[in-house]
Formats: sequence, C-alpha cells, structure tokens
Amino acid sequence: MPNNEQTADPGVRVDGRSWTIQRRVLGALLLRELLTRYGRNNIGFLWLFVEPMLFTLVITAFWTATRQIHGSNIPIVAFAVTGYSSLLLWRNLPSRCIGALKANIALLFHRQVSILDVYIARIFLEMVGATTSLVVLSMVFTLMGWMPAPEDVLEVIFGWTLLAWFGTGLAMTVGGLSEKFDVFGRLWPPFSYIMFPLSGVAFIADALPPNFREIVLWLPQLNALEIMREGWFGSLMRAHYDLGYLCICNLLLTFSGLSLIRQIGLDAREE
Amino acid sequence: MIRLTDVTKDYPSNHGVRHILKGINLTIYPGERIGILGKNGAGKSTLIRLISGAEPPTSGSIERNMSVSWPLAFSGGFQGGLTGADNVRFICRIYGVDYHPRFKFVEEFSELGSYLHEPVSTYSSGMRARLAFAISMTVDFDCYLIDEVLAVGDQRFRDRCRVELFERRKDKAMLIVSHSHRYLKGNCDRFLLFKDGTIEEHSDFEEVYFQYKQQIGEGFQSKEEMVREMN
Repeated sequence: MPNNEQTADPGVRVDGRSWTIQRRVLGALLLRELLTRYGRNNIGFLWLFVEPMLFTLVITAFWTATRQIHGSNIPIVAFAVTGYSSLLLWRNLPSRCIGALKANIALLFHRQVSILDVYIARIFLEMVGATTSLVVLSMVFTLMGWMPAPEDVLEVIFGWTLLAWFGTGLAMTVGGLSEKFDVFGRLWPPFSYIMFPLSGVAFIADALPPNFREIVLWLPQLNALEIMREGWFGSLMRAHYDLGYLCICNLLLTFSGLSLIRQIGLDAREE
Repeated sequence: MIRLTDVTKDYPSNHGVRHILKGINLTIYPGERIGILGKNGAGKSTLIRLISGAEPPTSGSIERNMSVSWPLAFSGGFQGGLTGADNVRFICRIYGVDYHPRFKFVEEFSELGSYLHEPVSTYSSGMRARLAFAISMTVDFDCYLIDEVLAVGDQRFRDRCRVELFERRKDKAMLIVSHSHRYLKGNCDRFLLFKDGTIEEHSDFEEVYFQYKQQIGEGFQSKEEMVREMN
C-alpha cells in the first residue's frame, strides 16, 4: 500500500484455493463482465434481462400474430415464453463461452484467477439473465391472464435447473473445444441453428409422429423442456422425456467440459 | 522465502515440444534483490510467471512462504472498455483489500485526474503505463516480480517509480528482469544469467554483464573496455 506504516503487514497471501478467495474472484469477475458487456450508459446492466426479454417478446408477438400451429391446447403465449426462454438458456451459454478465455487472458496473471473462474462467471451471468427474463415475463403474462400459472412450480424449477445444468456442461465443452480448435468456435453457431428447430421451441414432443419423436428426444434439451412444460401445463399435454438419459448426458458434458478446461490450462502456449 | 526445486517448463510449439526451463534451483530470501539477465526467449518471463504462480511448472516444485506479487509489467492486463477506476476496483476485489485508500493513492500517483473515470481505451500508452504502475503498488507483497518495466514514461515519472519501489519498499524482495545495466547494477545484489535453459548465479555485476553481452553477440574485448563503455 501507499505508505510504509504498514510494513508489519505480511502482504496479501493468495495461495491455495480457499472458499473466501474463490468467492472474491468470482464476484469481481461477475462485476467486471457486467461492466464490459453493458457499460454504464442508458440502462446499463439491466440489459442482462431486458435483452432476452425483448427476444422472447418479439417471438411471442410474431407467433401470436401468425397463429403458428404447435399441436396442443397450450395458449400460444405460454408456449412461446417457455420455449424461447429455454432456447436462450441452452444456446447463449455456449455462445458466451467461445472466446471467453482470450478476452480475459491477462487476468490469469493473478494466480487466484483460474480459467474455470472465467467460464463460471460468464455462464452464471447468462443464466441469471435468462432466468430473470423467464420469471418476469411469465409473471406479467400470468397477471394479464395471457398465460396460466404453473401447475407444479417445483417441477418447473426442476426442469429449468436440469436445462441450466445441460447448458453449463455444453458451454464448458464448447468453450474448451473452441479454445483447442479454432474451427470449432465457427462451427457452433450453425450447429446450434440446426438444433434450434428440433429442440422443442416450437412444438411439444407429443405432437410429433412417434418415429420422429423418438429421434428428436435424443436431444437432451428437449427432455428438460418437456419436464418443465409438464410442470407448467401438465393437465394440457402429455410429456415425453427420459430423466435418466438427460442426467447422463449432463454428467458426461460436465466432465468433458471440466477436463477440456483443465487441458487448456496445461496446453497453454508461451506468450 | 521462495524455493524452486528442479523446476522445468515445456511448451508445445509447431515444431514439437520446446524445453524452456531445464532444471532451475533457486532460493529467494526476504529482502533480496535479484537481477535477471538473458537473451530474448531464454525463459526470463517464463521464470517470473512460474514464481508468481500464474502458471504451473511442468515438473519440480515451487514453495512460497511469503506473499508474491503478480508479474508487474507496464502495459498489459487492461480491458479497454473499463475505466481506470474499474481496474483498480477489480484488483482490490480479487486481493481482498480496501478500495478507497488505494484509489486515492492511484489518483495521486498516476496523475490521471478525471481520466481515471474514462475507458482505458482512450488513454495514451504513457497514461496506461502510469496507471499500471500505480495499480501495481496498491497491494502489499513481500516479493515483487518486475518484468522489464521501468523503461517507460518521462524522467520525472521514472524517478517517482524508483522512489516508490526502491526507497519505500527497500525491505521487500524483488526479482527484476531488465536489459538496463544502470538499473540492475544500482538495485540488485544477486544476478542470474540464463544459459541454455538453466541459470547461473553471479554476485559480481561486471562479470555477469560481460558474459551476457557476449551471449547476445555484443561482446567487448575485455571487461575493462566494457566498464569504460558503461560509464
């Protein structure tokens, strides 16, 4: 520190990975991310929720206007809000993790900041944004009577949590792969576009022909969305999902993501 | 005390593995000033990063019994979109120290005035250097790792850096990478010369500098000639 009255101070030790240090670093990274992404102009960090909300609103309005067929009795607004929010959750997490390391590489000079911290901060922020957007929109629409309230809140939370876990595992895997192979970062956007129409954003599994349904249910995110929608409108639809399969996929993605992130650390090239 | 035992570091490259450090043994005691010399790419910065803990060694062990700074350098580590104040705040947060007194110090030392509340991307390189040095001095450490930093800014700024680092912190250990003989000679009491992935320890500056100059192909005929040139 500036003056020398503190020479008795042994200095700031940041060895080890205690919970206190971990929390400190994550908190600092979160605030840093918020500021670099949204700055201090106009509504600043509120964009974190407003941006996904606007996306969802536009899609909802569009579907309502075109009366798109989704093959069930679920009100179209409820359908769009749950579907599009879930897309934001599993698609934006990986997108934000591509190039995350490059943007923060200078921070790794501080030994208490790990590569994993950088990813966790980005994933967490994106999750908060998508979740807040879902909660706020569904509350408003429920109050306005455009959307039914969830029939089983716990199941909704359960499904949403599983989807967030899927997104986290996928984000770490995609982030890690994009760091190892540049080309992967470019392949992810088209790849996610292919999954987008198949992931249940615009349909429920029950509306599909059985053969086709079997195929698309290989997508873990559709399974999670079905759980969530069952919690929300269980009496209006028949859900199709395999909880065991979803959990296994999530576990595998989590492990592959953690392993890839560790490998990036070990492969780090001289700079 | 910091102790390195049989430390090696390899990096992958397009032409196979490169062995940058091949068995480094080094002990740094409190208050010691160690100057590091070596060709470009010899491993000086790598050694600094390993001691700081920013990167793990490939093999061997590094034991730290005192607090060690991050590798202090004058340019790096700023996100252009953040303000100078944001960067100070970030450092204070991750090191768990109080922000306000540090901010006041940075404000006084960097003389950046209202620029501290503007994005770093609007700074000139000299302003960045001032910010970087001021931030480096906000957290107390027992050992400072200094990677080729004091050759920037105008004379007045360099003098103030010298006071802050070598007078106010004269009881702290320091590892200093530099090509400047004036700098090393005046401030260090031990010298390390990189030779083919290992280090050679010297206590006589003229000897180590003579060898270093020969290594980089700017050799003098004799040590006497070199000393004459240096003065």
